Amino acid sequence: MDLRKLTAEQIRADLLQRRYSAVELAQAALEFAERENPKTNAYLHFCPERALEAARRVDEKIARGEDPGLLAGVPTAVKDVILTKGVRTTCASRLLQDFIPPYDATAVARLEAAGAVIIGKTNCDEFAMGSSNENSAFGPVRNPLDPERVPGGSSGGSAAAVAQGTAVVALGSDTGGSIRQPAAFCGVVGVTPTYGRVSRYGLTAFASSLDHIGPLSRTVRDSARVLQVIAGRDPRDSTSAFAPVPDYLAALNGNVRGLKIGLPKEYFEGLSDEVGRPLQEGVRLLESLGCTVHEISLPTTPYAIPCYYIICTAEASSNLARYDGVRYTIRSQQATDIIEMYAATRGEGFGAECKRRIMLGTYVLSAGYYDAYYLKAQKVRTLIARDFAQAFQQVDLIVTPVSPFPAFKLGEKIDDPLQMYLSDIYTITGDLAGIPCMSVPCGRTRDGLPVGMQILANHFQEALMLRLADAFERAGGFQL
Amino acid sequence: MSTSTQSLVSPEVLARYEAVIGLEVHVQLATRTKIFCRCPTSFGDPPNTNVCPVCLGMPGALPVMNKRAVELAIQAALALNCRVNSFSRMARKNYFYPDLPKGYQISQYELPLAEHGWLEIEVDGVTKRIGITRLHLEEDAGKSLHEGFKDSDRYTYVDLNRCGIPLIEIVSEPDMRSSAEAYAYLTKLKQILQYIEVSTCDMEKGHLRCDANVSVRPKGSTKFGTKTEVKNLNSFRFLQMALDYEIARQVAILEAGGTIEQETRLFNPETGQTAGMRSKEFAHDYRYFPEPDLLPLRISQEWLEQLQARMPELPDQKRQRFIEQYGLREYDARVLTMTRPLADYFERVAQASGNPVESAKWVQGELLGALNEAGKEITESPIPPEHLAELVRLIDSGQLTGKLAKEIFPKMFASGEPPSVIMEREGLRQISDPAELERLIDEILAESPKQLEQYRKGKTGVFGYFMGQLMKRTRGQANPQVATEILQKKLGQPT
Ligand SMILES: [Zn+2]
Repeated sequence: MDLRKLTAEQIRADLLQRRYSAVELAQAALEFAERENPKTNAYLHFCPERALEAARRVDEKIARGEDPGLLAGVPTAVKDVILTKGVRTTCASRLLQDFIPPYDATAVARLEAAGAVIIGKTNCDEFAMGSSNENSAFGPVRNPLDPERVPGGSSGGSAAAVAQGTAVVALGSDTGGSIRQPAAFCGVVGVTPTYGRVSRYGLTAFASSLDHIGPLSRTVRDSARVLQVIAGRDPRDSTSAFAPVPDYLAALNGNVRGLKIGLPKEYFEGLSDEVGRPLQEGVRLLESLGCTVHEISLPTTPYAIPCYYIICTAEASSNLARYDGVRYTIRSQQATDIIEMYAATRGEGFGAECKRRIMLGTYVLSAGYYDAYYLKAQKVRTLIARDFAQAFQQVDLIVTPVSPFPAFKLGEKIDDPLQMYLSDIYTITGDLAGIPCMSVPCGRTRDGLPVGMQILANHFQEALMLRLADAFERAGGFQL
Repeated sequence: MSTSTQSLVSPEVLARYEAVIGLEVHVQLATRTKIFCRCPTSFGDPPNTNVCPVCLGMPGALPVMNKRAVELAIQAALALNCRVNSFSRMARKNYFYPDLPKGYQISQYELPLAEHGWLEIEVDGVTKRIGITRLHLEEDAGKSLHEGFKDSDRYTYVDLNRCGIPLIEIVSEPDMRSSAEAYAYLTKLKQILQYIEVSTCDMEKGHLRCDANVSVRPKGSTKFGTKTEVKNLNSFRFLQMALDYEIARQVAILEAGGTIEQETRLFNPETGQTAGMRSKEFAHDYRYFPEPDLLPLRISQEWLEQLQARMPELPDQKRQRFIEQYGLREYDARVLTMTRPLADYFERVAQASGNPVESAKWVQGELLGALNEAGKEITESPIPPEHLAELVRLIDSGQLTGKLAKEIFPKMFASGEPPSVIMEREGLRQISDPAELERLIDEILAESPKQLEQYRKGKTGVFGYFMGQLMKRTRGQANPQVATEILQKKLGQPT
């Protein structure tokens, strides 16, 4: 077996035909991942016991003639902001370096119930804050396609693991593009479902109203398969949706003829040729598949970045308050009273980006500033969502770039937070509007770096979005 | 008035001022489980045993609203004549404290559950309406334990069992003008919330906690003075003591030409005084914002109507009904409706006996007296209402004199037996047989020639002597009406 080429579908077929056992596959995957990891630092830790236990359950089911599940035996990586019972979950933060959760995230429990084999926890930006994976307390992740370059962030480890083939699928989290941007940088598929489609229970909160869990994989079909498993109402998450989960795999029927694709002009104005050229070819490929292309406008786009960075930092400042040295975090030994304990623990524990966002968020929520910042940002958010709602009255799906530039070099933007924030410019609107969106590989730059095409759909239209992506993939869009 | 208060300012000076008081009351809702998780709300369990990822504020854990808590809060709002908002929101109140595991309390801010309510109090026979500004839902925090451990000099221990217990906060308008009114308000609030079973209001367990905003102004003035917030008023006695002290303190400052500082003051029950807290401790900017993990609360008219229909009778309604339906006097009705178990007890006695007025006398007099002496609650009464009703019926049917009944009552209370069983065993019954009474009277008259002589000479007061003798001889069991008739006939008219 070549782990780098396996898909979930193939694994399931192989297991059912007894070509190998789930335990054999898990062992091979663990061995391969541990060997490859020094090249990328994609994984923070592995969980061989848990993986082999899950694999054994799959083998037993197959032996008993039971359905081993949609993701039977699939080597899976989980971003380290998603809780795994008994397996260290650090959020790539010093503060949680020793945190062993007492419970599983709903998405994790659902993956394992469907036969997935979680082999390890992936590196990311600390508390998912960042766009390059350089904000990890445990070292940056390197892009498997070019070790001098970043894999994107914050789900950089998950994207790198899938790209390097050490995991077949991975879970990431997306607040402002943290699944799609690294997927684009690493040349894999990444899906951010509708807000509420996948339970956030057990996802360490960064910005609660923007946080999503979603899949990364090498094929659209595998992402559809993972989404099928993790989507659906969870009584533990009040914001999870009751809407029934359609059969995503059945939706991948290649039938995209006549679909109206909107290209928002605001996303293409001033786009570099480097990213623009492969995208244009991608759009031409969509037309050749029978889609019609329409220029549309999303006029509130320029306000998205300030709006996003007010809302996400405000929520983050509150969500990160719990890491205070009282429970489960590390505690500074430099303190003599409680105020000092808070200050020293948080001062030593948080990295620069977290501190920056906590300060920004604290500021925008302060008495006297709330109306000018937070409240205003919420109103802008409503307008951005309205832009999309109006656009989806004209078109079925929207196609845009994922990032203004391909994977950049480590250290290139780390000293310029504003430049770093601008790398989210095309991805944050989908999160703000709460609509599903995804990144699919769309050719390469002249330097051979992968480019991502973003597809956005109306609320709960994941099936349609995945259908277009799948048809694009099958038509050779990835290799343009 | 306590001595500490008198030393501050004389009653004459005090009388020239009036206080302006508003109360903020936190009430624990009587749910079985916490507000955002399924942990039990039980009291007194070992520290940190009633906890889960949600109430521990673990990373990734999310709150889910307890519907029962919302229902109880709505019922409280309705009972307090509030307008329940069809749309309200939970909000995060951000501050650091070791017993607040998330670093924020989930409460309500801009859009509270209910607003614009009132309740009526009565002080010195005057009825007054006290406005309620708002009523909102929130979660309780844990408890910091600063002493009692061998390393308490270096560490604070935290018990998070209480974390996530559902509370309502009820904020009054500044409508109270004396500590007596504040006392009456809190009493009435507690009575109503207990009646509708929204809370047990057990102050010792912290189910009812009270802070007060206090200012004073010269009588006749309509301008508000600078207020202070007085905390730690966790018993009715403390409330009144603290307010009296704080009012006198403020008056003394104004009389001396000083100004009141707006601050938070803590009541110290040991000294009976309030003392300012370091203002730094309370200089919070809570940075409230809507809680993104919970959906807004949408309360339909239909749900409101259902809850209204399920609402038990409130104390004022019950008192009025007791007056109208049972012919009780205002005072008796008030006493008997003080708590719902007492009112229910009385009602069962009244209905089973068919004589509400007499039932009221027995419940209020003998029973409450005996319970009080025994240190028992009405719910622990050894006499079931049916037994007391039987006693009333026995009196009404002439089988027991009032005097005999009073002798039997303590035995009922001690043994829990019905009166008939005690009468049977002790041979206690009323003697109404004229023949038997005549025989006894004849004996008495024969033995009392001197008294008979006096009576015949017109000293009619001696009649009582004969009756007394008869009662003595029958251990009080003679039917007084029948005996009187016979005695009158025997004695004839005095000459
Ligand atoms: Zn709990």
